[in-house]
Amino acid sequence: MAVGAFADRGADLELVGIEKRFPGFTAIENLNLTIPAGSFFALLGPSGCGKTTTLRLVAGLEEPTSGRILIGGTDVTTQKSFQRPVNTVFQSYALFPHMTVLENVAFGLRRRKIADPVAKAHEALLLVELDHLAHRKPQQLSGGQQQRVALARAIVNRPALLLLDEPLGALDLKLRRQMQLELKTIQDEVGLTFLHVTHDQEEAMTMADTIAVMNKGRIEQMGEPQQLYELPRTAFVANFLGQSNLFTGPVVSTTSTAIAVDVSGQKIVVPLERAHRLSGEVTIGVRPEKLTLHAAAPTHDAGRNVMGPGKVIDVSFSGVSTQYLVAVPGVGTLVVFAQNMAFGPAAHVGAEVWLSWNVDHGFGLDDDPADAPRFEADLDTKTIAQQRRSSLLTELEEA
Amino acid sequence: MKLSLGKWLLPVYSGLALLFLMIPIGYTFVYSFNDSLKSNITWQGFTFDKWLNVCNVQNGAVCQAFGNSLFIGAVATVAATTLGTMIAIAIVRYRFKFRSQTSLLLFLPMATPEVVLGAGLAAQFLSVGVPKDMLTIILAHTMFCISFVVVTVKARVASLDPALEEAGRDLYGSAAQVFARITFPLLLPGILAAALLSFALSFDDFIITNFNSGAVSTFPKYIYISAARGIPAEANVLASMVFIIAIIVVVTVQVSGAAKARRLAKLS
Repeated sequence: MAVGAFADRGADLELVGIEKRFPGFTAIENLNLTIPAGSFFALLGPSGCGKTTTLRLVAGLEEPTSGRILIGGTDVTTQKSFQRPVNTVFQSYALFPHMTVLENVAFGLRRRKIADPVAKAHEALLLVELDHLAHRKPQQLSGGQQQRVALARAIVNRPALLLLDEPLGALDLKLRRQMQLELKTIQDEVGLTFLHVTHDQEEAMTMADTIAVMNKGRIEQMGEPQQLYELPRTAFVANFLGQSNLFTGPVVSTTSTAIAVDVSGQKIVVPLERAHRLSGEVTIGVRPEKLTLHAAAPTHDAGRNVMGPGKVIDVSFSGVSTQYLVAVPGVGTLVVFAQNMAFGPAAHVGAEVWLSWNVDHGFGLDDDPADAPRFEADLDTKTIAQQRRSSLLTELEEA
Repeated sequence: MKLSLGKWLLPVYSGLALLFLMIPIGYTFVYSFNDSLKSNITWQGFTFDKWLNVCNVQNGAVCQAFGNSLFIGAVATVAATTLGTMIAIAIVRYRFKFRSQTSLLLFLPMATPEVVLGAGLAAQFLSVGVPKDMLTIILAHTMFCISFVVVTVKARVASLDPALEEAGRDLYGSAAQVFARITFPLLLPGILAAALLSFALSFDDFIITNFNSGAVSTFPKYIYISAARGIPAEANVLASMVFIIAIIVVVTVQVSGAAKARRLAKLS
């Protein structure tokens, strides 16, 4: 696509065998990725995983050591940044401090000599509801307003591909949620392809159609948010996307539909289609909200896995749900989320409890347990992302 | 008593310090109206003649020297600011061989005594066979001004977020457009400060100039030489003019800055 014209729709992005080495370390190794036109794609990972480097490669701000980048089928690997039909919303917004908001937004249009840049810039500012501030300087705006100007400055160019580099990181929670929905609305309206880079799993799950979880320069798993959450492939994904209770043990028996794993003497069953490894030492897991607490040993049920007895060592109330930490001898500490359906906690600290979950809710990981024997759950995350998503929607409907 | 001492001490001290600083300037200004003949040391009576006929004494030697200084200052400033800005950007933004050594060497002209620098340059020009005239003065001034420009502009470049230039490139700006529309305007305050500093240093310089000027006269050189037989009042006139122009510039900048700040405050 020529840079002198607007993209009439989003374009595919294809990364083929991308490798990026900096002096002393490899940021990205052998990355292959296809993002279909019009989708909202999130690259999720911790800092230093290579996600921002990937974005900068697509923007043309870095050159890959090897590999090719294709936008809408055209090889842009050797094109300079200003020749690519791509725009970026920078993490720091990077608004030009010496220009008014209007001139910031019109900058790209003017460089491409597109007719009537001022009117188009006003249109874009109307879209982000900031046209009344068009003649201010960026430093006279609040963080959220600056973010919207940065967004307007990028989308006014109708790029085939919009790159978002953690643009919501600097905003407070309420504003961030508003912006999340706003971004999603704009994406639906203008039909662009969005590539969103973030370390915020909740943000990625709320906004993206497809998430690629990146770790150490590679994609660990890619798929729809729900698929990634319900069936993580590796321990990294299981713990980075929400929380997980993970166990390791040998496979002791296999049937036509399931495998049974011996976890410190307790037999845990995982369906075949939800397990990645079928023999030897395996790591299996279950999400904390899938667990049920029992005050007495539950009666045997072929459809449920049971673990216990254990001791409740911590109870923390967070409104919608309560988080319990249960220490099970020989297994470790398990996290349980229970919806607060009744007043008061279901168990107190020091109580003896059993845990059970539906066999179909467990998952078996692809990791070699020898490399990663036991993964501590991330106890800092307070509520799970799915609850966040639904609560976010209701909250904003009410607002 | 103790309280009143504290109350009066600071204003009195500040007043005296200011007075002490202002006396030579005031003296220069007042004596530019002195109806003197040759020596401008004793008060002979008030006249506007010196201001009206500033270029008419000694076949205009004062004005000639003053004009030379302005010309040398302007050329050296433009050359030093251009080169220094490019060096500053290169040192901050790019990684190259001998980068830190370059940075260090740029400090040397500032640290070296002017006499040494002037004498060394004079010796070099002599051995290469370059006749001393306006060109050698300009070369010498450009050389020592570059250091100050680099130091001033470097600080500004370092504080410039590289993401701004990246955003410019991302928004379809070619390298030249990004420089002209983003980098340069944002560096401009630093570049202007460096240019003013360069001009002041060049205009003011006596020692290095004296070693490398040959027969060419500059304002400081003229004053120095005529000090032996009495500085004409016309020199006071020119010095007063420079002072008044500088004051006007500073006041204008301050007032317009304050007005701008008020406008911005009203907006938000």
